[in-house]
Amino acid sequence: MTQTPIKTTKGSTFTNLVSKEGGVKYPLEALNVCEETFSPLEVAYDYDEIRRQVSRESIAAGPNSIWRYKAFLPVESENPIDVGTGMTPLVKSNRLARRLGLKNLYIKNDAVNMPTLSFKDRVVSVALTRARELGFSTVSCASTGNLANSTAAIAAHAGMDCCVFIPADLEAGKVMGTLIYNPTVMAVKGNYDQVNRLCSEVGNSYGWGFVNINLRPYYSEGSKTLGFEVAEQLGWELPDHIVAPLASGSLFTKIYKGFNEFVKVGLVEEKAVRFSGAQAEGCSPIAQAFKEGRDFVSPVKPNTIAKSIAIGNPADGMYALDIARKTNGNIESVTDAEIIEGMKLLAETEGIFTETAGGTTIAVLKKLVEAGKINPDEKTVVYITGNGLKTQEAVQGYIGEPLTIEPKLDSFERALERSRTLERLEWQQASI
Amino acid sequence: MSVKVLIPTPLQKFTNNQATIECDGSNIDQLIEALENNCPGIKARICDETGKPRRFLNLYVNSEDIRFLEGTDTTLNDGDEVSIVPAVAGG
Repeated sequence: MTQTPIKTTKGSTFTNLVSKEGGVKYPLEALNVCEETFSPLEVAYDYDEIRRQVSRESIAAGPNSIWRYKAFLPVESENPIDVGTGMTPLVKSNRLARRLGLKNLYIKNDAVNMPTLSFKDRVVSVALTRARELGFSTVSCASTGNLANSTAAIAAHAGMDCCVFIPADLEAGKVMGTLIYNPTVMAVKGNYDQVNRLCSEVGNSYGWGFVNINLRPYYSEGSKTLGFEVAEQLGWELPDHIVAPLASGSLFTKIYKGFNEFVKVGLVEEKAVRFSGAQAEGCSPIAQAFKEGRDFVSPVKPNTIAKSIAIGNPADGMYALDIARKTNGNIESVTDAEIIEGMKLLAETEGIFTETAGGTTIAVLKKLVEAGKINPDEKTVVYITGNGLKTQEAVQGYIGEPLTIEPKLDSFERALERSRTLERLEWQQASI
Repeated sequence: MSVKVLIPTPLQKFTNNQATIECDGSNIDQLIEALENNCPGIKARICDETGKPRRFLNLYVNSEDIRFLEGTDTTLNDGDEVSIVPAVAGG
């Protein structure tokens, strides 16, 4: 198999892996846990070197993708895998904001991230670039759907072999959106946590690069770009408050890390940003721990339509808890019915069709506003991380139907009159 | 009670690089003691100072997380499979 030769850059900015508890250092290999304590490993950087390499101008002049932030990412190739991932729109919300009573709301729209319409393209672009550098020719993952889409697509682009593991009961769009790239797909009869455990057991036996297991320290860094982009798109300024979905908790902690890194190298002014997290009630181990004041997360068995965030045993749960608490944020959960309403609300007010995870985030945003936990003047950014076309089952039966008519003017006019009458009735019933 | 134990890579240095070993124990606590007898040093890696499994390790009996069972008091039967799996994965 021929692969693009890897050119490496001088002045790498990442130095080693370091244990999150205890600070033991490890080499920059395919490792995800500390051998002593099993705590997670994180990538450490030389921030003086980053400061020397980047400025607002150099970033703005970089590629229109996550690779404009390459100095902050753990890859050394001069030619990272760039499929146009990142730099998704940050939309100033008018209609949703007005509906909720907020004055300063922004939507970070990763429902249109490239190439597979979720934030996972960010983490996978980083993970597969690093996998190639480490010499892996086969990549793999344990996925709730979006990650499988992304790993299969970007592996296809990079000419790598791919084997993904998903729960057998995923939405049709998520399965098809993986199979089209022709990877090997293992549909495991069990929930995501069981898929994850199986993949951990498969572990190192096959010499594969599992993006969210042995490559996890590199992979997870890709989520920092959701923090970087928002800061840059707000005109090199941090928001006051962010609301993001919580599955493993990794995305949440990496947005936090991204903001802090921008402060550390002097790209933005320091600011207290509040971090609030969203879970589905049917899988809310982190929200439950938050509510009960616990500093540990007890696992649960997921039962929700929000399958992409249905992780009952979240790896970074306690770190997400810690961030929400120390930033004076909140972690809230919403029912499946509220999730569907959240999806519809975002679509009807902003023209953005998000998947169930986005419905969860919007519903939690609404709940926090109604509870007075978001100040209307706060510059609030809500993260929409996936696309609604992938989870069509969730809204089937909850949205309107087309008016089927004859190709005749009077048939059209009668149907239009009928729809206006229905609209009037609906309006009369609506509580104001 | 003879059970099969799946050993994660970082602990295989205690098991002569074996990924699975057979061990005896009528519950998880006893199993960990038996592992220590067979593979000296392994207990201090599986458990923290309080003697409980580390928070970054998950233990499963026949694919079920012991936190959904009786924790380290979970009873083991002949032929059961116990997995020791680092918790930090996925998402």
